[in-house]
Amino acid sequence: MTMMHYKPHVTADGRTIGNTMMEMKNITLRFGGVVAIKDISFDIREGEIRAIIGPNGAGKSSMLNVISGFYKPQEGEVWYLGEKRGPMRPFEVARQGIARTFQNIALFEGMTVLDNIMTGRLNHMSASFLDQAIWWGKAEREEVANREKAEEIIDFLEIQAIRKTPVGRLPYGLKKRVELARALVAEPSLLLLDEPMAGMNVEEKEDMSRFILDVNDEYGTTIALIEHDMGVVMDLSDRVVVMDYGKKIGDGTPDEVRNNQEVIDAYLGVAHD
Amino acid sequence: MAEMKAVSGVPESVPALLARNVAQFGSKPAYREKEFGIWQSWTWAEAAEEIQAIAFGFLALGVEKGDHVAIVGRNRPAMYWSMVAAMKVGAVPVPMYQDAVAEEMTYALDHSGARFVVCGDQEQVDKVIEVQETVHQIEHIIYQDARGLRKYDHTKLHSLASVQAEGRAASERFEKELADREASIGYDDTCVMLYTSGTTGKSKGVVLSNRNVIETARASSEFDHLRPSEEILAYLPMAWVGDFIFSIGQAYWTGFCTNCPESPDTMMTDLREIGPTYFFAPPRMFETTLTTVMIRMEDAGEFKRKMFHKYMEHAKKVGPRLLDGKPVSFGDKLKYWIGDKLVYGPLKNTLGFSRVRVGYTAGEAIGPEIFEFYRSLGINLKQLYGQTEATVFITQQPDGEVRADTVGVPSPGVEIRIGDSGEIYYRSPGTFVEYYKNPESTADTKDPEGWVATGDAGFIEEDSGHLRIIDRAKDVGKMADGRLFAPKYVENKLKFYPNILEAVVFGNGRDMCTAFINIDLAAVGNWAERNNIAYASYQELAGHKQVLDTIQQHVEEVNKSVAQDPMLSGCQVHRFLVLHKELDADDGEMTRTRKVRRRIVEEKFADLIDALYTGKSEQYTETEVTYEDGRKGKINATLEIRDAKVVEAAGQAQVAAE
Repeated sequence: MTMMHYKPHVTADGRTIGNTMMEMKNITLRFGGVVAIKDISFDIREGEIRAIIGPNGAGKSSMLNVISGFYKPQEGEVWYLGEKRGPMRPFEVARQGIARTFQNIALFEGMTVLDNIMTGRLNHMSASFLDQAIWWGKAEREEVANREKAEEIIDFLEIQAIRKTPVGRLPYGLKKRVELARALVAEPSLLLLDEPMAGMNVEEKEDMSRFILDVNDEYGTTIALIEHDMGVVMDLSDRVVVMDYGKKIGDGTPDEVRNNQEVIDAYLGVAHD
Repeated sequence: MAEMKAVSGVPESVPALLARNVAQFGSKPAYREKEFGIWQSWTWAEAAEEIQAIAFGFLALGVEKGDHVAIVGRNRPAMYWSMVAAMKVGAVPVPMYQDAVAEEMTYALDHSGARFVVCGDQEQVDKVIEVQETVHQIEHIIYQDARGLRKYDHTKLHSLASVQAEGRAASERFEKELADREASIGYDDTCVMLYTSGTTGKSKGVVLSNRNVIETARASSEFDHLRPSEEILAYLPMAWVGDFIFSIGQAYWTGFCTNCPESPDTMMTDLREIGPTYFFAPPRMFETTLTTVMIRMEDAGEFKRKMFHKYMEHAKKVGPRLLDGKPVSFGDKLKYWIGDKLVYGPLKNTLGFSRVRVGYTAGEAIGPEIFEFYRSLGINLKQLYGQTEATVFITQQPDGEVRADTVGVPSPGVEIRIGDSGEIYYRSPGTFVEYYKNPESTADTKDPEGWVATGDAGFIEEDSGHLRIIDRAKDVGKMADGRLFAPKYVENKLKFYPNILEAVVFGNGRDMCTAFINIDLAAVGNWAERNNIAYASYQELAGHKQVLDTIQQHVEEVNKSVAQDPMLSGCQVHRFLVLHKELDADDGEMTRTRKVRRRIVEEKFADLIDALYTGKSEQYTETEVTYEDGRKGKINATLEIRDAKVVEAAGQAQVAAE
């Protein structure tokens, strides 16, 4: 079967959305007897902001873990950049240009912001252990290049003031931003954000939204995000997948999804038989 | 009149000074900016090349002689270069406050008739685009930071880099034109136009000539023996005359290096890394820093705390005397030396003040304790008195004659006269040319002989020759019974308490004085944390009973101190309340330079003032607030009004006898 090709189109705010980057085909994921995802298909196109939304326990995070290659679905296929994906280890996924942030922040609390961000460059290092140990030639050149990229991201996310601060001392909203920085510094082509705005106040949410839009705009990064907050998602994303009880109940532009009766029911709640 | 004529050979414009600096200090750093975590630097020669490229670019865009080029952004080398480049092509740079909302910018952009605006980033560009809906003469917008702007319509929008690239490409075509324009700049031509922050009403465009700027920069540099090796940190608004004089006037005259912080949030780190030798900060910054130091010392271990207090006590006794070169016993000197190794040195290093040779503060009165604290550490902190219309300097304190309650002697070349009403007048080579498009105000402020009314009341101390400021001349009034009313005098005393951020005293034409108080959230919040007092907002903390008790104590202490001065003993605060919101420039209650707009506060909180004078014990009020993004909202509160003890003035009888 060949991949579906869409004509690249330009969005109202001037961004280009291109071909299909990733395609999920009839994905089913089970944990023992529990079916987390039931026969879901959708795609992610180059340059777009794609949201996956749904109530608690809808299977959003499981879906993101399938995209990131962390969960292997029992049924269905994942196609990435025109190739069917086989079983992969996490570092192989990272090498393919996929980076992510976590719902429960997963940073090294005792390390500084800068060091945490530098860990995101691991895949861009090829100097040998020995070179690294004696800080010689290639190791030094790589470190300089990596630091430069890290500083570019620090500047981009406006976290210069906390560069040398241990992550453990930062407030929650800033930790989220540091996590985004670590993901970005890997120069991903696909960025996965797991509830980037969970637990944030309105101002922090606004900041985060602006950064997500800026990332997409400035680096052309394709973004897939999971989010709870409907308002934020509708403003940010180009297309939205709606999940409920492991099933896809809606897929389309924010406007289409908003007027979808099934989605309204899922969010407002109706009696389930 | 000899000194009014430029000495031959002295460069007669800022671009000419730049050329001189390239010749004299070509390979010495002129600008530094921290970017990507590293201090990037430009020598005078490199800076001159960048400026020239912008100037060529301006010519390519069609900047004419006499045009106004508005500059709005935070302190960055490229923003300063744009100003000098504008001067080079014979245009006039007009720096504007970067935190002004679009509405405020509309006035200045409209009034100046600027055809070109140089912006720092997207935030500023957005505001200018909003302004363009009503102001139509703006032709081109130039920005430095491209972030977020990639997808904007670029027909009238250019990145500074592209303007420079275009300039460089067209350099041969414009070489002669630029040389001609630069050569035609006269000593009395306009150098810069600065908008006053407008404590009263609309702001005015103050026109300063090259003569104003260069003569003032020269005199003040010589006064403090500034050298090409000085380092300054440019972090105060570029629209403020002080920044213009320090970062352009004096920097170009003396040839010293201007350092720009990485971002506003990293100011304190950058300060520490640069270790400026010449430093200016408003009193508020010294206050905040001192508050932070004290809070952190409270949290320190017992040993450290004791050592700190013991040696600070000694420093208070000896430090200022050492700084003034007065005799100090050997034992005291030795103890100060030990203190310097253990406390003062490390503290100064942490604050970034290790290398400060000359430090100034101005704009508001500084608390004597705060002032003494820094001086006792061995930091040569001095006061100056000035205003935009004087190209900053009116008076300043010479080394060795520094006191907290005066503002010093007239700066070189400045004459001072006290009017019959007590108002201070001055005349100097720095006296401004005019208010732009406002001859009436110009005539009101500057008389035909060149004397300028400062609007401040004060007097010259007979024995020292130092100027002392009492208050704004128009704020000084009479109480109902004829006693002198000087609100600022009392407010400053109140503000010297770390818990009090701002105070507004009323009483003109009334039978007693009352006050609004703003608490300092950092200081009071820390106290609350220490005492396990939970609070959710400023408003809640401001209304807490224990906070009110503390503030009442402060007010009563101030009353005691005010009663000491027979002339002003009528200004004791009888009743006060703690406001439910911080006075804010966004709500128009303060100027951008954080001076209280008394009239607006009076109008806005008329119900509260009423309650203060009608003897009520509490008052319900609703206030409109503006959020940072310009939206409006309402907050309401019921405020407790308290009576403070007043002291029967001891000096009353004496005054009558005199």
